[in-house]
Amino acid sequence: MIISTLSTVILDSNLGWTGLVQSSLSCLTIVTGLFFVFAGTIGVLRFPDFYTRLHAAGMTDTLGAELILVGLILQSGFTQTSLKLMMIGFFLLLTSPTATHAIAHSAYTANLKPKLGKHNFSKIRGGRS
Amino acid sequence: MHDPHVILKVISKFLVPFIALFAFYVQFHGDFGPGGGFQAGVILASAVILYALIFGLEAAKKAFPPSWVRIGMSSGVLLYGGTGVLTWILGGDFLSYGVLAHDPAHGQHYGIIAVELGVLCSVTTVMIAIFYAFGSRQPEVDEDNW
Repeated sequence: MIISTLSTVILDSNLGWTGLVQSSLSCLTIVTGLFFVFAGTIGVLRFPDFYTRLHAAGMTDTLGAELILVGLILQSGFTQTSLKLMMIGFFLLLTSPTATHAIAHSAYTANLKPKLGKHNFSKIRGGRS
Repeated sequence: MHDPHVILKVISKFLVPFIALFAFYVQFHGDFGPGGGFQAGVILASAVILYALIFGLEAAKKAFPPSWVRIGMSSGVLLYGGTGVLTWILGGDFLSYGVLAHDPAHGQHYGIIAVELGVLCSVTTVMIAIFYAFGSRQPEVDEDNW
């Protein structure tokens, strides 16, 4: 059923093979990027302390946004728009991990201890604190 | 020898020229698309402010001296107002750019470019002036006492 409707849609539209590959690849990358953004959002809401939340947020900013941008580049084809999107992706790839590093480094310098849970250092060393 | 901010320094040294270039892109995009002097001025000032945040206020003052700030603030306003006065002298209303060239459409083009340059000049330098004024305050409380 689904396959027959899909095939009629593909045959009716004048995409051609390259257009079909282009749009399905862009759909795939955008959906993967949305998955990473979604996972990052859940991580920011659910993780217990600062460093783990920062890890989730940094993942959203780099991998999720980059994959969505790659999908948009594939959508727009070989145009000026895709060149601008490539530049946005390049600068995002540079700045977003740097910002995450700066935040994590300043928290570490300000003596914010990571939450270690029940397997903390003293338990592992035999209960002596 | 160990510098904890080496990543920030390398990345921001790489990015500062691109931020300035993007400011001029926004500036010259302003007469036929989204953009203009205000946004471009803030972006150009943010390049200098990023440099000051990473490399220190003294290095930024060496790169963009406070005397340039004073000159830029006044000359931006002068360029804006002077365009209006020039249209007065040429026989039009204040800031009616049509009289600046033979073809009124060209005149409006030149006028908006001149006015946007004035806005860029003063917005950039006012932003940098505010940052320098806040950044070079003497702390009222000693570092150890709070």
